[in-house]
Amino acid sequence: MAANPMYQFNVYRIGPEIKINNIDISFTNASLFMVISSLAILIIFNLGTKRSIIPNKIQLLAELSYSFISKMISDTAGSKAKPYFSFIFSLFMFVLFCNMFGMIPYSFTVTSHIIVTFVLAAFIFIGVTIIGFIKHGLGYLKLFVPSGVPMVLLPLIVVIEIISYLSRPISLSVRLFANMMAGHTMMKVFGGFVVSLGIVGGWLPLGFSVALTGLEILVAFLQAYVFAILTCIYLNDALNLHH
Amino acid sequence: MLKKIIFQFLALGLIFTYSAQSAESGGMPQLNPEFWISQIFWLVLTFGLLFIILSKFILPKISNNLETRKSQILENIETADKQREETEKKVKEFDKIINGTKVEAKNFFNSERQKVLDDINNKRLSLEKDIEKEIIKAEEEIDQLKKTSQEKVTKIAIETSSDLVKQLIGEDINKSSLSAIVEDLSKKEMEKHNGI
Repeated sequence: MAANPMYQFNVYRIGPEIKINNIDISFTNASLFMVISSLAILIIFNLGTKRSIIPNKIQLLAELSYSFISKMISDTAGSKAKPYFSFIFSLFMFVLFCNMFGMIPYSFTVTSHIIVTFVLAAFIFIGVTIIGFIKHGLGYLKLFVPSGVPMVLLPLIVVIEIISYLSRPISLSVRLFANMMAGHTMMKVFGGFVVSLGIVGGWLPLGFSVALTGLEILVAFLQAYVFAILTCIYLNDALNLHH
Repeated sequence: MLKKIIFQFLALGLIFTYSAQSAESGGMPQLNPEFWISQIFWLVLTFGLLFIILSKFILPKISNNLETRKSQILENIETADKQREETEKKVKEFDKIINGTKVEAKNFFNSERQKVLDDINNKRLSLEKDIEKEIIKAEEEIDQLKKTSQEKVTKIAIETSSDLVKQLIGEDINKSSLSAIVEDLSKKEMEKHNGI
């Protein structure tokens, strides 16, 4: 059973079945890791709020991540995106911690489930669209009409722009989900090789597994960063209409 | 060679996984909608709480900390600058004072020296005057002495010559003739002296 590399993505109920109006909202291992990630973020950043002029290690970590994300937002979306800082910060930290907790063996990776990433991406998409319409009214539709395009090509371009805009939540969610799933599957497959090839031939896949672990930690950070920065870029489109 | 081995491993692994998968229900658990609602519910709950707590309680504190640190550092730099300027001012003042005192000391020294020199000069001048006076007095005295001595000498010469003549001859000689002889002789002597 454990040889199946997809087994690690199974969701199972922990504790009793909770149903509200026939809808199953039971506490599962996915919920457990969401709670663990959120608690870890809250604990770490709460420890990092001590008021000292010379920060200790945790405070330094919290302040560095704060300025890192603040710089990322101001670089990509400008100063208008400041009110959305805490949302992007929470988003980045949540995705990062879920990815990182997924790197612990026998744990569960929340972000390797399309439904989780899709809900996040759809929320961002809807939110950004609403912000765009609030800020620019119907003028936000100009986003689909790039300036300097010949009239003949305009219908085609508008269609392409609309499709690309609508595919944002899909590309955003699938990017994160596919990266996490593929990485974890690969690691599981190579782990399976180590077991199946035994003490004689298992060393090479073991080495691969070790290298892949490093790569996956990098990917875990990178995907969280990409997720956050793409959110910033979408927000930038909504806040500063360039076209 | 290495590529071949890796390829063989991969192929072997694939066979293993396929066999394992076919033994179970298979497929991606992600596409099984059984727990979708539950996942969405818990995601919204945990992420929502995380967002609310972070944005209401934790992030303002961190930004506050960063800002206070920044302002404190700026303040410290400002006060450091101020203090440096003050010290520079003080150093300048100190230099000024030292220069002033140096000039004062020099002036004082010069004036004192001048005073002393003047004093010495005055004293020397008065002394010289006194000495001159003394010298003049002494010269006058010497002159008088010279005059009186000549008279005395002629008197003595007359007396002694009269005594000598008395003893030799036993007779008093006219004093006026004697004095005339003595004066004549002394005149000659004086002329001899003066002539030389």
